[in-house]
Parts: sequence; structure tokens; C-alpha cells
Amino acid sequence: MQSKSHDTHQHVDQSHGHDHHHEELGFWKKYIFSTDHKVIGIQYGITALAFLFFGFTLMMVMRWQLAYPGKAVPIVGGLLQKLLGEEMVGKDALGHIGVISPDLYNSFGAMHGTIMVFLAIVPLAFGAFGNFVTPLQIGAPDMAFPRLNMASYQAYFLGGVVMFCSFFIPGGAAKSGWTSYSPLATVSDLGHRPNGQTFWLIGMVLLISSSLLGAVNFITTIIQLRTKGLNWMRLPFFVWAQFVTGFLLLLAFPPLEAAGILQLMDNLLGTSFFLPSGLVVAGKALGVSGGGSPLLWQHLFWFLGHPEVYVLILPGMGIVCEILCNNSRKPVWGYKSKVYSALAIGFISFIVWAHHMYLTGMGTKISTFFQTTTMIISIPSVIILTCFFITLWGGSIRFNTPMLFALAFLPMFGIGGLTGLPLGFNASDIALHDSYYVIAHFHYVVAPGTIFALFAGVYFWFPKATGRMMNEFWGKVHFTFSFLFMNLVFMPMFFQGLAGMSRRMYDGGATYSLASNPDSIAALSSSVIGLNKYITHAAYGLALAQIPFIINFFWSIKKGKKVTSDNPWNATTLDWQTPTPPPHGNFATEPEVFRGPYEYSVPGHPTDFTPQNQK
Amino acid sequence: MDIPYTVKPRPDTGLYNAKVGIWLFLASEVMLFGALFSSYILLRVGAEKLEWPHGVLNVYIGTFNTFVLISSSITVVMAWASLKMNNFRNFKIFQGLTIMCAFLFLGVKSYEYSEKFKHYTLVLKDGRNMTGHVEVNGKTAFFLNDVKLNAKGHEIPEFTFHPDPVNAISNIPLEKTEPTAGKGEAAKGEAKTEPAHETHAEAGAAHHEAMVIKSSDVKRLSAFVPAHSTYFGIYFCITGLHGLHVLGGAIVMFYFWMPGSKMWRTEPERFINRIEVSGLFWHFVDLVWIFLFPVLYLL
Repeated sequence: MQSKSHDTHQHVDQSHGHDHHHEELGFWKKYIFSTDHKVIGIQYGITALAFLFFGFTLMMVMRWQLAYPGKAVPIVGGLLQKLLGEEMVGKDALGHIGVISPDLYNSFGAMHGTIMVFLAIVPLAFGAFGNFVTPLQIGAPDMAFPRLNMASYQAYFLGGVVMFCSFFIPGGAAKSGWTSYSPLATVSDLGHRPNGQTFWLIGMVLLISSSLLGAVNFITTIIQLRTKGLNWMRLPFFVWAQFVTGFLLLLAFPPLEAAGILQLMDNLLGTSFFLPSGLVVAGKALGVSGGGSPLLWQHLFWFLGHPEVYVLILPGMGIVCEILCNNSRKPVWGYKSKVYSALAIGFISFIVWAHHMYLTGMGTKISTFFQTTTMIISIPSVIILTCFFITLWGGSIRFNTPMLFALAFLPMFGIGGLTGLPLGFNASDIALHDSYYVIAHFHYVVAPGTIFALFAGVYFWFPKATGRMMNEFWGKVHFTFSFLFMNLVFMPMFFQGLAGMSRRMYDGGATYSLASNPDSIAALSSSVIGLNKYITHAAYGLALAQIPFIINFFWSIKKGKKVTSDNPWNATTLDWQTPTPPPHGNFATEPEVFRGPYEYSVPGHPTDFTPQNQK
Repeated sequence: MDIPYTVKPRPDTGLYNAKVGIWLFLASEVMLFGALFSSYILLRVGAEKLEWPHGVLNVYIGTFNTFVLISSSITVVMAWASLKMNNFRNFKIFQGLTIMCAFLFLGVKSYEYSEKFKHYTLVLKDGRNMTGHVEVNGKTAFFLNDVKLNAKGHEIPEFTFHPDPVNAISNIPLEKTEPTAGKGEAAKGEAKTEPAHETHAEAGAAHHEAMVIKSSDVKRLSAFVPAHSTYFGIYFCITGLHGLHVLGGAIVMFYFWMPGSKMWRTEPERFINRIEVSGLFWHFVDLVWIFLFPVLYLL
């Protein structure tokens, strides 16, 4: 295998003439302007992990403000003031620097959501894993359009830069929530044009364009570049998940792009697509023509927003599926029902969006429709999760780090999914809407759900990308504390939400506390408010728990234990049948597939795994 | 290993990679323009009765442009067919004609745009409401509005207004909504109940020829720009985005017409594929206009 891999270097991708000498590629062509799907995947991965960390630090500052309202942020307070100015970061009663202003809190909140969803999780799940693993798993030499692939990474990177820069412009970053509801988003920073919202919109248009290019590329690759014998029902579930995700991005993102363009015109050209007639801001009539519809923005946003949820979770499910089968040494249970469930999720996810809008007064008939479809879409999700659990039954499970994360995904996603049902019923949603319950619900899906699946994927495919294993012991330390602190962070939020705490409180609910409103029967008790401190400390614990991962990640690139074979996990899929790390062009000769993706422990077979390309 | 099916179709799908790619891309474009058309419908349905103008756009020019684009749809197919029949000379002619049509379309469109930029709605403080053209110091003014009239340091004390003939345009939005707390609703309601064309007719009848207007008498002045009204906002948004698509398509086709056509000698099949894919995109751009024209010009 290893010797053959050199031959593949000489194969030249016809579509770009400048690449005639692969071995002489300089640093820039090889690592920065690469068209190789594996390099691009790693670029996506590292950029997205950096943004994941950045989004997390924004949240840590916000958590301080929630737990200790009005007190200066310790350690980084002075730095924040230097970076963001005295308007944003002030002094507390004792003269300590680092009290964040309500505006800054709002913009950190908006940017935390935006960065985590559009710059961290989607690029990591779809851009990084999709890019690195999909072509390997379908036996393809690269993506169908390598230069388009590079362009989509560059558009993503540029979008990230625009978003990041928006913190430092006058007025600060966007501060109207990650959903940017109009008219708030348009009138929130009237003193500055262009303002943070302008940057947000331009950044989003870049990110959406990047996703669209990526989606076109992924779907084409999966349709066209499957190797000989790899028919649709032999595809690994991971590839199916990426395929459905690709369609969601392709068809759900353009309406948000349209909405972004319209809001950009509201922002820069003075139109009023989302501004109703007779809008009064700060006691003065807003000088616009009016006649727009705020509800239109919400429809366009959530038409993306809900499929986006499945964009976040499906690649995670794909990763978990690979790791569960591999480490329980069993074929996946119910392969076809899982594939059809993923497709069903894909279709139905386009007709559930307005369950985010029950409280906008759009009418009970429409609410009933969306409530019904919302309940229906939970069925395929439950089927997939059930298949995962049954897959474990009777397996000989290896409890390595990727497996631990994948196993933890199951109950965490279960909690996240089931707590979504009360939000899907429009009667119970009236009480829970916009409370901490919502935050807890979707973070259970995305944080200990998707992010755990992504961690599992990093530990699992690390040896394929680098040729070295990550450290098992520190991996397990990372897992144990992440699992513990994730739950300590998000579980109390359910109780806060049920007690009626709003999710948008700058002071952590103090205004509505029993202490400030002793006569009110609906005030928040001190035990509910007190949970803020526990959650904040748990969040800092969660941050500490990531240190072993960060060190392990970089240390293992240079010093990790070398893999002894190309297939260290004894896996069946094609991604493990390549040289390690795979060269440009991936396979020495076109592999041929003879069997399904998960033939583990086949009776009568000498090994407990049968690779797809074995006759 | 090389990337397969870059030129030859894959047997089981019958398509080469770029063709799958362009169809997927067009699917996303359908969603993009679909969202904008949906927005148009929602905004129009939600508009007050007199807020949605009629007759602002020149139907004859629009019809002409429609024919220009439809002709280019024919020539773009002929260009591809010529290559299929191994006739490179005809390809050059038809591809050239297509590009010419594209730029003719853009030229006409920019003429239409510039006409709008110097056409105004004027609302005076005495309630008179007119459309027409504005002259400042003897020159036709573009993009002027009431904010610029009173811009500090650049005040324009007065200007000449040439009103349009009566009933040229109906349903032009009356005035900027200005609800001052409490009284606002009543004032707005009053303005709305007064039919636009009547005031218009009155104004027009009284002032057929140019009139000199003092800036201090102006309640609202706005050229037909996106900020004028939601109608012009969505008009410029959709036609502008469509225009960018036309421009992008034209640039790509120009590349294949001149420098990119060298590929015909080295890889003819791949070159034909390129022409086919760019042609598919071009048909989509035409199709969008086929929807745009009736929706914006006729309905």
C-alpha cells in the first residue's frame, strides 16, 4: 500500500493545469490554497475548532454577568476594555474595570449563537468531516469540483473574518440575537451606518454562499463519484447523512440569503421590507416609507432555521453510526429504516419552520398545521436513535474514547429531543417560549449531542489524518469531565425555564426576583436565581475540561503513538482501506466494493470485520 | 487516481459531473428567487390599498427586453448545436449574438433604472401630491430627497418641479408615515382615505407647467429609488439580482467566446460541455425574467 501511494502523486487532476507537479507544490499551494479535499477538510476543522473556542469564550463572559450582575469580569476585564472601548466595558462600584454593558451582553449573545451555528458546528460537521471522510468512504479520488471546494472554504473564512471584525467597529457587533429579528435588527444601532448588523449580514451572505458551493459539490460527489459496486444501499450511513445535509443546505439556505439581501437593503438603502408603517424609535418617527412586514423576516429566517437544526444533527448521527458499529463489532441494526428516516427528516424539515413562531399571532389554524408536522418529524428521529440502541445489544463493546463520546451522544440527544416535544405543542409552548427551557433544550441537542459526536469523530479519524493515535488516557479524562460539566451546565436551565426565567435577561433575572418584587406571586425565587452561579461555575469547569483535549490534539500530531496499520480500528468502510495518511488522489487503484458497509462479526469469517472491498 | 466523469457521462446517471452540479446550483437559485417572489407576494398582499403603484414601469421597454432575452435563449442553443455539428464558425457567430443580446438587455435595463432615478414623488405640506421631474439650477437632479434638500452646508432653498401629465401613474404612496404619539393613527387614516389619483389630478390640473417649489414647503421628496416604497424596494432588489446574474452569465460566455475557446482544439468534448452548462444557466436567467416581466410590469 505505502509504496503504491507514491504512484498516485503523479496522477494529475485534469481540471487544473497549474498542478502538473504535485511533489513540488510549495507551502502556499499545499496548505493554504490546496484543492485536496483532505487538506481543505483539515483547514475547515481547525478554523471551526478555533471559532468553537471563540464562541465559548463569549459565553463565559456572559455567564459571569448572569451570575454576578454588575461586577467586573475578573482576569480579562481590563483586556476587554482595551479591545472594545470604555463604552462597552465599564467600571463597577469598587472601581474594578470590566463590567460589560447591556449592549455588549446583547452582542455577545447574538454572536455566540451565530458563531456557534454558522462558523463552528456546521463547518466542522459538514465542511471538515464531510470533506475529509466522504470522498474516502465512497472510494473517490477527490471531490467532484476541487477548486469549487477551495472557493467554498475561502468564502467561509472570509465570512468568519467579517464576523470577527464586527466586534471592533463603532457600535460593536450585531446585537439583535442570532435570529436578527426585524425591526429590532434594523433600528438597534441607528447611530452607526454601517453597523454591526451590516457586518453580520455581509458575513452571512458569504457564509451562505460558501455552504451553497459546498452543498453542490457534496451532492455531485456522492451521486457521481461512488466507486464501482458501491450502490446506494451499500453507502455508509455517514455518507447518507451528509447527502441529506447537503440537500438541506442547498434548498433551505437560499431563502435566508434572500432575506439577508432584503435586510441589507433595509440597513443600507433605507428600504422598509421588514419595517411596518408608523414605526417610532426612541420617541421619533422613523423616516422610512414603511409598509413592510416583520413577520416576513421570521418566515424567511426559520425556513432556513429549522432545516438548519437537522444540518446540525444529521452529520453527528452519521459519525455516531460509524463509531457505534465499529466499536460494538456488530452490523448496524435497521440500516434501511435509518436511511429512509434520514430522508424523511430531510423532507419534513421543510414544513415545520413556523413552530418557532407560535407566539407571533399568525393564527391558530397555521399553528395547528405546524404542530402536526412537528410531531411527525419526531418519529424518524426516534427510529434512528432506537436503531442505535439496538445496535449495541449483544455487541462486544470496546470502550475507547471515540466510543465513549458516541455512547454519551445517545442519552444526551434523547434528552434534547424529548424536551423539544413540549415546545412543539403550541399550548405548552406559550408558557415555555423564550425561557431558559428553550436554551436547555437546544443546547442538549447541539452541545452534548452534536459536539460530542464531533469530538468522537476527531478521536476516531485522527489516526487516518495524521498517522498517529490521540492519547487514550487524556481522551478519557476529557470525556469524563466534559460529560459531567455539560450536564451541570444545561440541566439546571430546564428548572430555571420552568420557573419562568426569560432567556434574554442581562442581569440574570434579578429584576424579576422575589427580592426585588416581594409582593409578586410570579417572581423568581432566590433558589432559581441562585442556580445561575452553579451554572456559571460549571461552565468554567467545562472550559477547564477542554484543556486536555487541546493539548492532546496538538501533542499527538507530533508525538502520538504511531499507527501500526492503515486500519487501526479494524473497520470495514473504504476510508480505512487507503494508505495513512491518504495521498493526493486517495487510492492507488480504483477500489471495487462487494458488500455492505457494516459487515462485522460475520459467522465463519476469519476476522471479525470484512472490508467492503474484500471479495 | 483521476477524478472520473469530468467529461464523459457516468453510465448509471447518464450525466457528467458539471451537469449534475449546475442542475443542483439552479435548484438553489430557484429557492433564492422563489423566496424573493414569495416576499413580493406577501408584501403586496399586506400593502395598504393605495401603497402599491401601477403603471410606473414602461411596458413597451419591458416587452422589448423580454424579446431580447428570448432571442438570446435561441442563439445560446444554436451556439451549442453548432459545436455539436462541428461548426466552430457558426458557434462564434451565435455565441457572439448571445453576448450581444445580454449587453443589449443590460443597456436597456440601465436606461430604465436611470429614468427612475430622476423621477420623483413630491408631497407638499399643504397636502398636494405629485409625481414628476426635478431641476436644480437648471440641471435635472438624480437621487434627490428631502433629507438632502436640508443637508447642513448643502441646503437647496428651492427647485423647479415639472409635474407628470394627469393619471400617468396611479397609487403612488402618499407620504411618509408620521405617527406622532396618539394623534398618529388618525392623521394616517385621513391621508389614506383620500384617493391618490384625485389629489394627483387636482395638482396636475392646476400646474401643467413647471413650478418653483420652496424646500421649506416640502413634506416629502423621493426619487423612485428603493427607499421610495416597498414596491420600488422589491423591484430594484429582484431586477438588480437578476441583472447581476445576466452580467455574470455574459462574462462567462464571453470567456468561452474569446480566450476560453482555445479548448476547442485541445479538448473539444469538454468545451462542448462547458457551453452546455453555461447555456443551462442562461436559460434559467431567461426563465426568471419570464416570471419577472408579468409580475412587475403587467400585474
